[in-house]
Amino acid sequence: MKTIVVHNELITDPAGMPKLCPFGAIVESGGDVQITSGCRMCLLCVKKGPHGVFELQETIDNRELVDKSCWKGILVYVEQHGNHIHPVSLEMVGKAHELGAKCGQPVFVMVAGDALTLVTGELLTYGIDRVLAYEDPAFADFRIEPYTAALEDAIGHLHPAVVLVGGTNNGRTLAPRTAARVHTGLTADCTVLDIQQQADLDQIRPAFGGNIMAHIRTPNHRPQFATVRYKIFDTACKSDKRGTVESRTLPPEKLVSAIRVLSQIPKGAGIFIEDAQVIVAIGKGIGKESAIGLFERLAVALGGQIACTRPLVENGWMDPRKQIGLSGRTVKPKLIITCGVSGSVQFSAGMKSSDRIIAINTDTDAPIFKTAHIGIVGDIFDIVPALLERIASDSQRGATSANASPMGRS
Amino acid sequence: MTIVALIKQVPLTSEVALDPKTGVIQRESGETKMNPYDLYALETALRISQTHGGKTIALTMGPPQAEAVVREAFAMGFDEGYLLTDRAFAGSDVLATSHALSQAIRTLGQVDLIITGKQTTDGDTGQVGAEVSEFLGIPCVAAVQQLLEISETSITATSDTGTTLMTVRVELPALIAVDKDIHQPRLPSYVRMKQTEKRQVGRITLADLADTDRTHYGLEGSPTQVVKIFPPESNTDFALWTGVDIPGRLYEYLQKEKFLQELA
Repeated sequence: MKTIVVHNELITDPAGMPKLCPFGAIVESGGDVQITSGCRMCLLCVKKGPHGVFELQETIDNRELVDKSCWKGILVYVEQHGNHIHPVSLEMVGKAHELGAKCGQPVFVMVAGDALTLVTGELLTYGIDRVLAYEDPAFADFRIEPYTAALEDAIGHLHPAVVLVGGTNNGRTLAPRTAARVHTGLTADCTVLDIQQQADLDQIRPAFGGNIMAHIRTPNHRPQFATVRYKIFDTACKSDKRGTVESRTLPPEKLVSAIRVLSQIPKGAGIFIEDAQVIVAIGKGIGKESAIGLFERLAVALGGQIACTRPLVENGWMDPRKQIGLSGRTVKPKLIITCGVSGSVQFSAGMKSSDRIIAINTDTDAPIFKTAHIGIVGDIFDIVPALLERIASDSQRGATSANASPMGRS
Repeated sequence: MTIVALIKQVPLTSEVALDPKTGVIQRESGETKMNPYDLYALETALRISQTHGGKTIALTMGPPQAEAVVREAFAMGFDEGYLLTDRAFAGSDVLATSHALSQAIRTLGQVDLIITGKQTTDGDTGQVGAEVSEFLGIPCVAAVQQLLEISETSITATSDTGTTLMTVRVELPALIAVDKDIHQPRLPSYVRMKQTEKRQVGRITLADLADTDRTHYGLEGSPTQVVKIFPPESNTDFALWTGVDIPGRLYEYLQKEKFLQELA
């Protein structure tokens, strides 16, 4: 048990003590200094305060440490719907192979659904050691209780050191629910994963809204749970190595759910910015809602999609599904052109893996230029219309000449 | 019906920087606000209670000053509010936070529906709701976009699974996480703020919980540990374009890189 004890008798400047705490958890009244429940255990007062005043007291922990030799392998939860494997799952498999190779441990996947033959067959082509399949009508749609029971069963059966779940809407519910059930730590939206001896997982994720990166470990719990967003890692390569498929069944009481699915309709096609090869991303710098059309025209001219930053969604100018960033979508297009985007780290975290990043901003110091490959300091309302004009006049010429020769009109 | 909304006080802005020498977080100000996503949870709870009757309770966990967000819920029309606060909770990660919240919810008596927002703006993870539902042993539905029907024993709602819109009927008690824009949140009313000025925000501390084992909370009860924090990296492959005819240069670049191919 760790706690910070205040030695009031050593304090010479009581009124100066509250300033030590960035969270306002140190209070002083009438010369008496106390720590309130606002304390985050950041230990800054211990490190920066007058010597000996704030003391970290630790009582010996008698709890048994987890035996890490009993937990081996990387387990990937594979999300599938209608025989279609969600691409984020294959990205997780790719990462699992990399981690497994580094620490010499196997790669497992588990998948649940009402008909899995095609899916398990496909999974075997990715060099996975063991595929656990949970096939039952109860898994036809994603419902939290049966899916948690299946993942819990897979963990109990395989004892993996690491569980990776794709950060889809379903994954972001399943991972915490299961992590709580098996009483372990979960790190969401990791952008970097690495592994040490005994399969200790290094998890790096943006914190404080993405302005800071946090390196997180789960030192004394197994398995170590992490979720990763779609398009952060590269998809797995096919391999000749063949593993095995194992069918698992759960007792009927584990398949009971308080949730009944009444209907399920696919969302409209073409609205997924994750699938776009080219993206024009707009931010606060566009100034007004009526300006959006200009950038939509650029997106269309490049055969791409328009996307935006969080403030534009908050203003109600753009559909939330068009939002890039930590609280929106992660994209990895071949080209992204940002227009009037200052480039908060929340935003950059959602697009920095893009192949080519061109940023246009009037502010030379905009943080987006730290992410961009090409930075253009200039006014989007000068550059974009002029660029569109060049493209239009070119395609007109192209159209004229294309029409001219085959039709023989000269 | 008793509805609990889980809310959180967050920093006014997430603009923080690291002191390059000490590696310590520098905050511009200690100003805070209600997590904006929680406004949708509060609004949803109020609408349900207005149309179907019942009591609305706002619950937050945090330092003493987090009482402010419960007062804001009062000003929006909430009946009761509680602050879960104790030094034993310092340094809680998702697991320890969710355990503490679920323990606090158990002190509130019969609860039929728990509503959370999509995520917070400081943690950005959106995991606490699902873990709370696990600790309470009740079903959860995330990304709720629309409530279609509410009865004493169930709610029918549409949830965004990412690729589909799924309409589900879930038996109560249950936890739902509502998406932004499910309803337009009402503004806190000045009149109600005045009326509720003297209303007590209940304090729940470790001693009030059924599980009083300190090692289940705070830093000690948290499986994850932050090893270090560091500033995000920036890339080195960078060219700054200035000067005349930027559009022309951009056009030539796009053509050379074959982004204009389909149109040619």
